[in-house]
Amino acid sequence: MAKFRKLKEFVIEKLIFASGIASIVFVVLIFIFLLREGVSVIKSTSLGAFLGGRFWYPISDPAKLGILPLILGSLLVTAGAILLAVPLGIAAAFYIADVAPAKVRYVLKSGVEILAAIPSVVLGFLGITLLVPFLKHTLGLPTGLTALAGSIMLAFMALPTIISISEDAISAVPREYKEGALALGATHWQTLTRVIVHGAMPGIIAASMLGIGRVIGETMAVMMVTGNAAVIPTSLLQPVRTLTATIAAEMGEAAKGSPHYFALFAIGIVLFLISFLINLTADLFLNRGKKR
Amino acid sequence: MKKRTAPAVVFLCLGLFSPFPFPKSVAPRTSAALQIKGSDTMVNLGQAWAEAFNRLHPDVNIAVTGGGSGTGISALISGTCDIAESSRAVEDKEIQQAKANGVVFNQEIVGLDGIVVVVHPSNPVANLTMDQLREMFMGNIKRWKILGGADIPVVLLSREVNSGTHIFFKEHVLRRSKKKATEEFSPGALMMPSSFAIAEEVAHNENAVGYYGLGYISPRQKVVAVAKDGRSPFIKPTIESVRVNAYPISRPLYLYTNGRPAGLVKDFVDFVYSKEGQDIVARTDFVPIR
Amino acid sequence: MRNEGARQKIGFGFLLGATLFVVVPVLAIIVLIVVKGWSALSLEFLIAMPRDGMRAGGIFPAILGTFILVFTSIAFALPIGVMAAVYLSEYAKDNLLTRIINLAIINLAGVSSVVFGLFGLSLFVVFLRFGVSIVSGALTLGIMTLPVIITTTREALRAVPRSYREVSFSLGASRWQTIRHSVLPFATPGILTGAILSIGRVAGETAPILFTVAAFYLPKLPHSLGDQVMALPYHLYIMTTQVPGVPENYRYGTALVLVGLVLVVNIVAARIRSRIRRNK
Repeated sequence: MAKFRKLKEFVIEKLIFASGIASIVFVVLIFIFLLREGVSVIKSTSLGAFLGGRFWYPISDPAKLGILPLILGSLLVTAGAILLAVPLGIAAAFYIADVAPAKVRYVLKSGVEILAAIPSVVLGFLGITLLVPFLKHTLGLPTGLTALAGSIMLAFMALPTIISISEDAISAVPREYKEGALALGATHWQTLTRVIVHGAMPGIIAASMLGIGRVIGETMAVMMVTGNAAVIPTSLLQPVRTLTATIAAEMGEAAKGSPHYFALFAIGIVLFLISFLINLTADLFLNRGKKR
Repeated sequence: MKKRTAPAVVFLCLGLFSPFPFPKSVAPRTSAALQIKGSDTMVNLGQAWAEAFNRLHPDVNIAVTGGGSGTGISALISGTCDIAESSRAVEDKEIQQAKANGVVFNQEIVGLDGIVVVVHPSNPVANLTMDQLREMFMGNIKRWKILGGADIPVVLLSREVNSGTHIFFKEHVLRRSKKKATEEFSPGALMMPSSFAIAEEVAHNENAVGYYGLGYISPRQKVVAVAKDGRSPFIKPTIESVRVNAYPISRPLYLYTNGRPAGLVKDFVDFVYSKEGQDIVARTDFVPIR
Repeated sequence: MRNEGARQKIGFGFLLGATLFVVVPVLAIIVLIVVKGWSALSLEFLIAMPRDGMRAGGIFPAILGTFILVFTSIAFALPIGVMAAVYLSEYAKDNLLTRIINLAIINLAGVSSVVFGLFGLSLFVVFLRFGVSIVSGALTLGIMTLPVIITTTREALRAVPRSYREVSFSLGASRWQTIRHSVLPFATPGILTGAILSIGRVAGETAPILFTVAAFYLPKLPHSLGDQVMALPYHLYIMTTQVPGVPENYRYGTALVLVGLVLVVNIVAARIRSRIRRNK
């Protein structure tokens, strides 16, 4: 009887271990399968021409597979979103974590959680239905389908991430710091801006990086409002095309084994590597914050 | 407790979803299911056909998906659909790829379509030659003033690269039907996800110009008359002008299958050619072939 | 000194302003969707099949498809996620392997949704030959939601007081017995929270299902795991960008059903979470 139980436990504990490393397995699998198809893009173009090429005409003969406009499109939309979301998010995080009275804090935190829950496609739907015509009329643009529309929608999506992680970092600052400053005669505001900010800085930076990671990987909302023109952007007020929208819009057509198919997987590799680097960096910042 | 009942519930519900039919092979499907994929231009037509066909054959499961002509053709090559709807002919390299996969294209022309060029109703431009269209969509005409319109920028709307409409426009308007030509759409052209999206943007944007099939004509956009060259008359796209090939940008609508249609696929194709099927073509504002 | 008081007022005012700038639009979004979509909500809308090129009738197949995907993906992810969290919380030592596992979880959480779609396409649809089916979609979505389950379960396990485990050990129980009887039962509400949050996440995703399971139009409901399904987020997408002539309140109605589903799910999870905190 005891032997049977020992055997059962052995099996269960092996399963638990297997599940434990499952995340590693999946991440590696994703990378391998992306690589499997994406690496063949080298057959049709050089790495330099792929990453730096200015024209994306994937079904022409010969295919022009330059993703520079797509990379710049993603970067531009992301930069715009971060410019909007980071200041707003950090300010809101400070308010919620440190200034707001308890009841108000509950309402505000719920508001942020609701924002986090809204699906990307719903924001895209509202964006194309309301924001895009609005931008066109108020800014007098040729079309409202622009990088700016994308940045605004993405800022909404990044805010919950930035706010909640910053808020954690702010709350984690030891009470002694705050109490010490107040005891020395500092006002609440002075304490906030000079003491707590420093203590929470690594966490805030990590929050911003994770916000960037979230934004650069967004697909549906961007695809619906940025106009999808694969041109090297010169301003936020023009249509752009992101890496993610390109994959989503074109994957259906690409015949298996065609240069187009490989190129889309190669774009996937680029996206995967970008988010990997961002998450690695953010993790380092978060750990540095914790060690303090 | 919750933990013990959870697995039981899971298995119960999994059981509701038996049988568990995988892996799928590349062999053509002969069970009572039909997968139709492809042209966005034709997707509403395909859906109307599917609805009507379903009324005659209630036990058949038809799935209609869009994605663009290229999507349908590549699905046919991969064996993941039975019928590909396409608003352009298959290309040589697709025929090669098909052969490599053991697939032989069978082409059925099931209707005709005209590609209409549309602008905002307030736009005074009403006639364009093929050359002017070409220059405009390649990005060489940037303001409407040059064509007799207001001094406002031209906003080009195009379909995605997987769209048969996109490819047909590129080959027959931009490249003048020359096989070795290399003209492309201007990179600044906005790639819209569907003909409907183009229609919406044109209806709301006085700077915009776009193109789509006859089936999407509506009073909310102004249709431009097109002339083959400087000496020919400007023709408006209508069912008649497309049928007699007077309108310069007309094209056939295709259904592709793997080999000659057989079984359920043949039933569907026969239905498409029948009076009811062709009535549906006319009702969705395309030109019936019979 | 008065300067400082004024500066503080301005500073706090600015912070409050920023917060309102974030929270008020959320309210506006919800109100807008409710107001414009409410008129479309009827019994027919919720349980009937689409008619007339999906311009009329109901959106039942999309609702059903979403439910199926949610259920199957969580059925796959929950056991693995819980066991992984158990490993991290109860067995793992503070070594390089654990650090790598944590890194992998964070990375999995950060991968773009469309990259998951590519992964699902190449592994499940093509390589394993599952085809475009519920199986492919569920596995893809399951892997995507794994980090959520692992993280919330790990928190729930950590919250169980150490003394519970110590008592169990001192009575001679093995590690697994301790976990099974003295830890997991008390972590269950937290685990449930994680599962419920995953529901919200999975229900709203479009990109991972684009190439793995979603269909534009299906006249019949799915009856096996090998079938395709329609899904709410994809349905909203095509109604916005691809189907002409859909009445405005239909689109808002679909958005309302989707947002409503997601909100209900999140509210339930929040209630459970606050009940846990209260019971501490």
